[in-house]
Amino acid sequence: MSKKMSGASSLVQSLESAGVDVMFGLPGGAILPAYDPIFDSKIRHILVRHEQGAGHAATGYAQVTGRVGVCIATSGPGATNLVTPLADAAMDSVPMVAITGQVPSVAIGTDAFQEADIRGITMPFTKHNYLITDPKDIPRAIAEAFYIAGSGRPGPVLVDIAKDALQKETDFVYPKELSLPGYHPQLEPENQYIKDAAALIAQSSKPVFYVGGGVIKSNASKELMQLAELVGAPVVTTLMALGSFPDSHPQHLGMPGMHGTVAAVTSLQKADLLITLGARFDDRVTGKLSTFAVNAKVIHADIDPAEIGKNRFADVPIVGDLKRTIAALIPAVKAEFAKNKADLTPWIASMNKLRATYPLGYELPKDGSLSPQYVIERISALTGPEGIYVAGVGQHQMWASQFVKYENPRTWLNSGGLGTMGYAVPAAMGAKVGAPDATVWAIDGDGCFQMTNQELVTCALNNIPIKVAIINNESLGMVRQWQTLFYEGRYSNTSLDSKRVPDFVKLAEAMGCVGLSCERPEDVDAIIKQANAINDQPVVVDFRVFRDAMVWPMVAAGTSNDDIMIAREMAPDWDSQEL
Amino acid sequence: MSTHTLSVLVENSPGVLARVAGLFSRRAYNIDSLAVGPTENPDISRMTIVINVESHSLEQVIRQLDKLVNVIHIAELKLAESVQAELLLVKISATSKNRFDVDAVLETYGASIVDEGADYMTIEATGDAAKISDLLNALERFGIRELAQSGLVAIERGSGSLADRTLSTQSIPTADSGQADYQN
Ligand SMILES: Cc1ncc(C[n+]2csc(CCOP(=O)(O)OP(=O)(O)O)c2C)c(N)n1
Ligand SMILES: [Mg+2]
Repeated sequence: MSKKMSGASSLVQSLESAGVDVMFGLPGGAILPAYDPIFDSKIRHILVRHEQGAGHAATGYAQVTGRVGVCIATSGPGATNLVTPLADAAMDSVPMVAITGQVPSVAIGTDAFQEADIRGITMPFTKHNYLITDPKDIPRAIAEAFYIAGSGRPGPVLVDIAKDALQKETDFVYPKELSLPGYHPQLEPENQYIKDAAALIAQSSKPVFYVGGGVIKSNASKELMQLAELVGAPVVTTLMALGSFPDSHPQHLGMPGMHGTVAAVTSLQKADLLITLGARFDDRVTGKLSTFAVNAKVIHADIDPAEIGKNRFADVPIVGDLKRTIAALIPAVKAEFAKNKADLTPWIASMNKLRATYPLGYELPKDGSLSPQYVIERISALTGPEGIYVAGVGQHQMWASQFVKYENPRTWLNSGGLGTMGYAVPAAMGAKVGAPDATVWAIDGDGCFQMTNQELVTCALNNIPIKVAIINNESLGMVRQWQTLFYEGRYSNTSLDSKRVPDFVKLAEAMGCVGLSCERPEDVDAIIKQANAINDQPVVVDFRVFRDAMVWPMVAAGTSNDDIMIAREMAPDWDSQEL
Repeated sequence: MSTHTLSVLVENSPGVLARVAGLFSRRAYNIDSLAVGPTENPDISRMTIVINVESHSLEQVIRQLDKLVNVIHIAELKLAESVQAELLLVKISATSKNRFDVDAVLETYGASIVDEGADYMTIEATGDAAKISDLLNALERFGIRELAQSGLVAIERGSGSLADRTLSTQSIPTADSGQADYQN
């Protein structure tokens, strides 16, 4: 059945048909026709203060719910403000649909007012994108966009629609079927590779599960638990995978990578088999690639065939949805174990010893000032593993990855691939919209916070009571740490210290939030409890922390994982370890 | 480094050339030549891409290309299993004195004259890269004024067609394609 209506109404009806319940956006001339039917739609539209906020909010919503996040903006500057969140979503495989208005089709290519070739700009980091100039194409483009964004390896899709296509009358028919001859994500793993993988697992005496964000995307935590316990091997979860396997589990060695635990990093280095599940051998994990896990065979399971063999050769490649892949591995491994199973006892014992010898830790500041790690540890302890934690980018992000205890998938959100400062506040806003009953803590840096805090206004006015912990070290701390280590302490342009400018408490209050501050260790618990008790307003806590705290352990960029440092100029005592 | 010829069937949609070219440039793959043209199916174009890669990354190139939604199918066309041709248009200096010599060269290479005047001649030739380059060498002594050359195009030997084997008409019901949980 087709109905006559404007392209704009057709867009909104298409979004409703695609199952959208919320979108984040901000109007302008080219998208204005769409905002008229949005006024009457059952879709909740949240008016942001900056389009970048809309994009990251869509990401936060998607990360927490597993659904496709939606943002909407006008042409030109509205659209270019979405560029960073789109790139961010592409790097972290987040399902997102961005809708942008475009100048009228006759004006395209003329440098018209507020014209930007957003389709061209976003080609490199969208999974796919569209420029629609004929209103009859709107429903199909929207239906395809949602399917592409959410299926296979998830990612962002942009639909740019010329203003006249929104204004003209059209017949609305939502397609019953889509035909995408060039897009067929392979979900079912090939049986032969499952068997090969199972055989390698049974032979291996030093296996490690190298778990990436794909496990969370495919909702495969339960299957992972079964397989991990069946095999008994150590598990490491990457920055994107925290929560996919409980931190408290005895097989869990922590996070690998530049700021990973000694045990997790070393387990990969010494393993004879990496059981790689939805991870992509990112340089932040492998360190210098030629020295990474040199004795290991690799099983690499991923839904994206292009990830396999990209950075590291895979002895057994498995393309497919991880939930199905892991589910298929379980009986295959059982069958192999019935025939033979290598003894893992010495391997597990040596990894456990490493974990016990080199736990994550930190030194309290000698001057009695507030330790940033302590603050984060207490937020985790007092909020619990049902809370959702969203980080910015920098030292506070790494400490939040290290000192929050994660037990559940979709409770840790961060900008892993792009490393986008300013991600936390808007992503936390989207997360809270997606999970309104959860306590959502943004753990943000004082630098990051100053990039996107305006979305707290959006939160305050739309009843989105998130909590923000500003880990205020008065500096661009992570960059400062590199200057300490690699530039002889020459702190070029990393100090944000300007006599408490801005005053974060007043800033919070001005934006309709509760503003709190804390600078003494003995006040931390009370203030966190106070913040946790407020549920009708966003809360910002300015934690004024010790400035010179550093993130450890560290594998310096471009060096080998074997050269991991547990503190400045301090390597683990390898001689006392039998590996 | 080695050279490979890829035959890529793409949806005939706006922007598809930019997508492919952009992919090659941002992933730092070297293109030797790229030719785009219609196929027997008006909805589909064929790109013939000659690339220079390390053998291990040919697979990467193919897989990354395959991720483009508008790319329907990619096949490597090996020299022995395909017919490959380039088109050459070359303008040379020709006078009544050397006319006879030029004709001899053209006959050897099956090339023909498509335009001529008192002191020039434009020649058209097709063939694989080796033949075109030999022809150019042979014409050099007459003086090459200008030349235009197409990218390589190629087609599989035998009676089959890429499209027959690869075009799936499988469609996806949108009832499952909205805010559904695709992977489970
Ligand atoms: C948009 C953007 N600009 C610059 C950087 C480089 N960068 C990485 S961490 C960092 C410092 C962040 O400072 P802050 O938010 O205060 O966090 P801290 O490291 O102090 O905890 C910078 C500038 C980045 N990741 N993103
Ligand atoms: Mg800081």
